[in-house]
Amino acid sequence: MNPRHMNRSRMWAVARNDLRQLGHSPDFWAPMLVLAALFFVIIPTVLLLTITNIGNVGTVRNVSAALDLLPQAAQEQIRGDNPADRTGYALAVYLFAPMAVIVPMTISTAVGANALVGEKEKGTGEFLAHSPASEREIYLGKLIASLLPGYLTTLIGFGLYSLAVNLIVGPNVGGWFFPTGAWWVLMLWVVPPFLAITLSVVLRLSARVKSAAAAQQASGLVTLPLIMLSYAQSTGGLLGAGNAGFWVGLAAWTAAAFGLMRGAHAVTRPRLLGIDS
Amino acid sequence: MSTHAPVRENPTAAGGEPPAAAVVDLAGVQYRFGSGTGLVDLDLSVRRGSITVMVGPNGAGKTTALRIITGALAPQSGSARVFGLDPGGADGEQVRRRCGVVAAKPALYDRLTGRDNLRYAAELFGLGRHADVEEAAARFGIDRSLDLRVAGYSTGMKTRLALARAVLHSPDLLLLDEPTSGLDPESSHAVLGLVREMAAEGATVVMSTHLLLEAEGLADQVVMMENGTTVMAGSTEDLMRRYWPRPVVRFGAEDAPRLDALAGMEGVVGYHRNGAGADVELDDLARVPGLIAALAGAGVRLTAVTPHERSLEELYLRVRQR
Repeated sequence: MNPRHMNRSRMWAVARNDLRQLGHSPDFWAPMLVLAALFFVIIPTVLLLTITNIGNVGTVRNVSAALDLLPQAAQEQIRGDNPADRTGYALAVYLFAPMAVIVPMTISTAVGANALVGEKEKGTGEFLAHSPASEREIYLGKLIASLLPGYLTTLIGFGLYSLAVNLIVGPNVGGWFFPTGAWWVLMLWVVPPFLAITLSVVLRLSARVKSAAAAQQASGLVTLPLIMLSYAQSTGGLLGAGNAGFWVGLAAWTAAAFGLMRGAHAVTRPRLLGIDS
Repeated sequence: MSTHAPVRENPTAAGGEPPAAAVVDLAGVQYRFGSGTGLVDLDLSVRRGSITVMVGPNGAGKTTALRIITGALAPQSGSARVFGLDPGGADGEQVRRRCGVVAAKPALYDRLTGRDNLRYAAELFGLGRHADVEEAAARFGIDRSLDLRVAGYSTGMKTRLALARAVLHSPDLLLLDEPTSGLDPESSHAVLGLVREMAAEGATVVMSTHLLLEAEGLADQVVMMENGTTVMAGSTEDLMRRYWPRPVVRFGAEDAPRLDALAGMEGVVGYHRNGAGADVELDDLARVPGLIAALAGAGVRLTAVTPHERSLEELYLRVRQR
């Protein structure tokens, strides 16, 4: 039998098992849902409602003036006849973009950090080590189980965010305008590889450390620069001219592929058994 | 006064079958941990359809040996063949598909139900999502608890679930790491029942235990391990014969110190007085009537003369005391 052969059903079984456990852990997912609601719905709604309702006051004029700092291409896209409408539009389209990156990364990092070290801590790594599942199937199963909660939460949050901004800002700028093309690129092309890059690092850490607490701590430190990088790149992708988003995504996918290939080697049977190797 | 043959034996499969018939064949296996011994030059041969019980103190290498058998750990030197395949190399998946393992800790997913745990195993072992988990659970009397979370199970129930999971795919080789540790008598009985049942169905069983009484009544082959290597291996009877090749008779007397006269009598090759009696090792059991007559002639009032059957526990302790 070819040792490189991969059994997809086993990979999905690993992923499903992790997701099932997550589903039974409200103490874990409830705070994550609150985080997503905060970033995607509550903060944008409050800010946009405030801006569109308070009208042409000093604060809005100041924010509106700051829009002049945006690149010319971005400025040309901004709709609205008065500073309040233009500010609302700019906030909705450009300034809230980073949350689309921060939320999935935070959630997926929290899940991924526990993914492998959790098996060690609970002793279930012994079961996996004696199972026919290959290290690669286990790694990819864990990757999927870590990626999906963050990404799906983000997609749902994105849907709710779209609804909120269209309902609040849309009437002032000529109708529903969101998501823009650049946002589609961000959500479907840029965010997934940044998530994959982050998880490739987090899963490697999770495979190597001895406790979930250590994994969370180390992951937090390691992913912070990655979150900042993806924050900057996503914003650049949205603000940049032409195909900036596409190129940012392409670079991220390349880095993700490399990171995932390296990360797969971190899962070994001795490590699942809690033995350093 | 007793003398014994050297106890570092060359282990062979119980029943003396050639190694070709062995399901498990470990030769000179070495596995060292960063801080510990692991395995040193371990030889182990397990015949198809037999029950092998590994005994030894904590740290003897029993768990590591089981991990080498499934390929969860690969030997650092020496060779491991299971079903004629290399479990720690390219054949790992094939070997593990044919193995059922119950680890020292049940290794169950506590947040999930018993059913979820069994289904997960069914999926990993290629049985699909609709494997008959009910039947496996019923075999161990936990079918009515299948939809409860494992976190609420007792230790016995967890072990039963781990057993059900291990046999779900009808493995050819069942590996049990101290499966009766911490269990109530009923659950222990279920475990030992399974071992006998599986062996009767043609499966090969390798288990480790601290309970020598279990091993004695169960094992076709007993493997005594210490410091990562095999000290003795063979059937219980073989081991007894090898360690105590001569018969032992236990004499009891009203005045036990007077039994010391036996030590100098013809045919007595070993003498050990304990409490109200003495264990006497003879070159031949036919010496007994003569010894009784000699003691009676010397005025010793005997209260008992019985052949003494050594237990595996005695053998184990004797070997450990060397």
